[in-house]
Amino acid sequence: MINYIIKRIGVAIPTLLILIAVTFYLMHAAPGGPFTSERPLPPQVLANIEAKYGLDQPIWRQMINYLWGILTEFDFGPSYKYHDRTVNEIISHGFPITLKYGFWSFIVAIGVGIPLGAIAAIRKNTWIDYLAVGVSIGAQVLPNFVMAPLLIIVFTLWLDWLPGGGWNGGEWQYLVMPVIALSTSYMASIARITRSSMLEVLNTNYIRTAKSKGLPTKVIFFRHVLKPSLLPVISYLGPAFVGLITGSVLIDIYFSTGGMGYFFVNAAFNRDYSVMMGITIVVGALTILFSLIADLLYAWIDPKIRY
Amino acid sequence: MSLLEVKNLKVEFETADGVVNAVNNVNFSIEEGKILAIVGESGSGKSQTVFAMTGLLDHNGSATGSVKFEGEEILNISNQKLNQIRAEKIAMIFQDPMTSLNPYVRVSDQMTEVLVHHHGASKSDALKQSINMLDAVRIPDASNRIRMYPHEFSGGMRQRVMIAMSLLCKPKLLIADEPTTALDVTVQAQIMKLLADLQKDFGMSIILITHDLGVVAGNSDDMLVMYGGEIMEIGKTENIYSAPTHPYTQGLMSAVPRLDDSEERLITIPGNPPNMMKSPEGCPFSPRCKFAVDKCNSDSPALLKIGNSDHFRSCHVDKEKIL
Amino acid sequence: MIALNKNKIKVMAENLSDSSAGRSLWKDARMRFMQNKAATISLFILMSIVLFSFIGPYFAVWSYEQIDWNAMGSAARVGMPSIESGHFFGTDDLGRDLYSRVIQGTQISLMVGVLGASVAVIVGTLYGATSGYLGGKTDQIMMRIVDILMSIPYMFVLILLLVVFGRSIGMLFIGIGLLSWLDMSRIVRGQTLNLKNKEFIEAARVTGVSDFKIITKHIVPNLLGIVAVYATLLVPGIILAESFISFLGLGVQEPSTSWGALIKEGAGTISYDTEWQLLFPLAFFVVSLFCFYFIGDGLRDALDPKER
Repeated sequence: MINYIIKRIGVAIPTLLILIAVTFYLMHAAPGGPFTSERPLPPQVLANIEAKYGLDQPIWRQMINYLWGILTEFDFGPSYKYHDRTVNEIISHGFPITLKYGFWSFIVAIGVGIPLGAIAAIRKNTWIDYLAVGVSIGAQVLPNFVMAPLLIIVFTLWLDWLPGGGWNGGEWQYLVMPVIALSTSYMASIARITRSSMLEVLNTNYIRTAKSKGLPTKVIFFRHVLKPSLLPVISYLGPAFVGLITGSVLIDIYFSTGGMGYFFVNAAFNRDYSVMMGITIVVGALTILFSLIADLLYAWIDPKIRY
Repeated sequence: MSLLEVKNLKVEFETADGVVNAVNNVNFSIEEGKILAIVGESGSGKSQTVFAMTGLLDHNGSATGSVKFEGEEILNISNQKLNQIRAEKIAMIFQDPMTSLNPYVRVSDQMTEVLVHHHGASKSDALKQSINMLDAVRIPDASNRIRMYPHEFSGGMRQRVMIAMSLLCKPKLLIADEPTTALDVTVQAQIMKLLADLQKDFGMSIILITHDLGVVAGNSDDMLVMYGGEIMEIGKTENIYSAPTHPYTQGLMSAVPRLDDSEERLITIPGNPPNMMKSPEGCPFSPRCKFAVDKCNSDSPALLKIGNSDHFRSCHVDKEKIL
Repeated sequence: MIALNKNKIKVMAENLSDSSAGRSLWKDARMRFMQNKAATISLFILMSIVLFSFIGPYFAVWSYEQIDWNAMGSAARVGMPSIESGHFFGTDDLGRDLYSRVIQGTQISLMVGVLGASVAVIVGTLYGATSGYLGGKTDQIMMRIVDILMSIPYMFVLILLLVVFGRSIGMLFIGIGLLSWLDMSRIVRGQTLNLKNKEFIEAARVTGVSDFKIITKHIVPNLLGIVAVYATLLVPGIILAESFISFLGLGVQEPSTSWGALIKEGAGTISYDTEWQLLFPLAFFVVSLFCFYFIGDGLRDALDPKER
């Protein structure tokens, strides 16, 4: 197991470095520097500014400086747009917000999706199965950007139960709609995956063996069915996490929650490269870390992978 | 009273293409301490017969008729009642030891749960008994290997684990569904020997399902030949061997390759196994039977006693003509 | 005499075609697909939508750029859907005709979906087939790269790309396509591994056909079935991605539009009693996606019976 962990971390670190390198070179491949976009500055001023931000040095040198800053001081440099704010400040402001509703969305997606799929599999071809299948098909075509306006129509405009946006320190009223909008399609996917993998497991020879041993249904389910059925779900957790964090961009825009996504899109409109890069790298590091955890979880359940 | 008595057992499967009659009117019984071999090609309904008896049919399958174990009806009874019989009275081992053990659960857990559930044994006690049982099926270093996962065992060893697991509660009847089919020939012989030894030690009955006549010969008291979901011939193994009275049994016997055979070519039964979608009209074997007469295609032959023996056959053609 | 013979041959041929139980894979698949009601109906609806996006403009009274100054700013009172005003689907807040804009959005979204899927299919199939066919260390490394790319939040990178290289439809579908071939390559690799050990590939290799030729001439054609299935499932995924980016305002640029951009506009004005601005594009979007998924499922059932 320890060998496997080391090997897996050995993959995660280069992945992150590649991500950083690619985003860095992308930024510098952009036509024109960050300060050439608006009114033209006198050449001398431009040179001074570029020297201040270290932009006059060769690219590889800049990248090493940048990397060094991240690794030693967690410093992503200054924002090119808001000269009084560093990328760090922006991230530390938006990140906890994203994390909070992202966490709850993840919990909802798993906590509703897995039981729903499991019940559908066990009660195959009953109304609950049809309901679960219907919900998961429906949710496939109701991505977050469709769910978000629909939720506002129903809960804010018609019923007037929930505020149509804002954060307010993350009170639950402000959390409900972002979490539902963000989690629905992943909940549905998890339900679908759980259902089909559990149906497959229920048809295996080893479940027949378990039945022939006269074990009660509960024991068969929790000891023999559940673990193998969850393996495909665990493989999906990585992509689901990527999807959730991507969707958070939209949540921040539509519900004005003020998470990282808000700053990212703003930066995209303003060509604020350093902010975009910083957020991309933080998000990338998170997803890489998460897929590492998911892989380790997988290996922990599947004894064949461990060695 | 027989240990197990099967009467008019019928098994049907509902499929997208129609109803499949897997088993038709099967009758047989087994006495205590005996070994009954059920023989037939794949698709002849032999596995479905025993799955129906223990309530292990797939969801789309249904069984009718009667199965009495120690005088009590067990066909189509509730799952709770079946669970008191399974493993405790009737245990099973399956064809493919590679997939019959749960790959995600340690062997120790898969074994001890049987004792914990059926006998209310404590974990440590159950572990001790399980290790003893692994010793009994001759798995070396059992006390350490029991903590391993199934994929760390070889095929033959896994089948030994399966056998040990099935015997934990000392069942009265062991159903072995092609226990050696997926194994190497040398391992096959070892496993059959093991089963025979254990049968003597534990004094249980065994239903041995196989398509390998070589396995049947030395390892069973009675044998039952199935084709197309129906019984072709049933009787003492030695009697059937010395004088097979059904054309299908004869075909099977002559298809066994022999070392002393001067011709080097393998003898086969011409034709394919029947399409089970068609409802049985006449003898299922008639399209492939070289003795078939017109009657064979239209009327189902009844399973009739031959003389005064325990030997039954279902065939329209006179036994003298075949022998 | 000849006529008689002809007849005989005809009967014989018919008998032959009847008795040959092995229908061709594609014929068999088509039959199974047609038996799937949801898939056939979806195919029909989708075709209608595509057809509508081409002939719809001929019935339009307003172009998608034209501004109806009457409706501008007072869409809630004047811009509702009506036959008389010529705004069949109503107008947007700027007084532009939603009918024409939905048609334009449909064209662009479908185009991005199909072209993006093509890019992903080509890249994914070649990559996966190569990786699976070559096997060994190369395969391991190539699949590790896919694993690595999969754990990167690609939407962020895509937005970066769009910002750096400018926002255009071309960039959009190339970007989405280049970033969504990963699943495709995994599936194709798995299938290739299965195919690789088949006798006809062995035969080709023994007779000295080059690896590249074996991949393009023997492996890829045999992958067509599975590729078709996943391509159909890829299109809605790419439409989703495009809509997402357009919803953020980073995708298709005005005056061009797409489903995502239209949904964004509609969603932005729901509090002004102009529901039609959301509902018309949303209906097209949701129905089309549904159709793609059902067709994909139908194809999968038809081409891959063991999946059922």
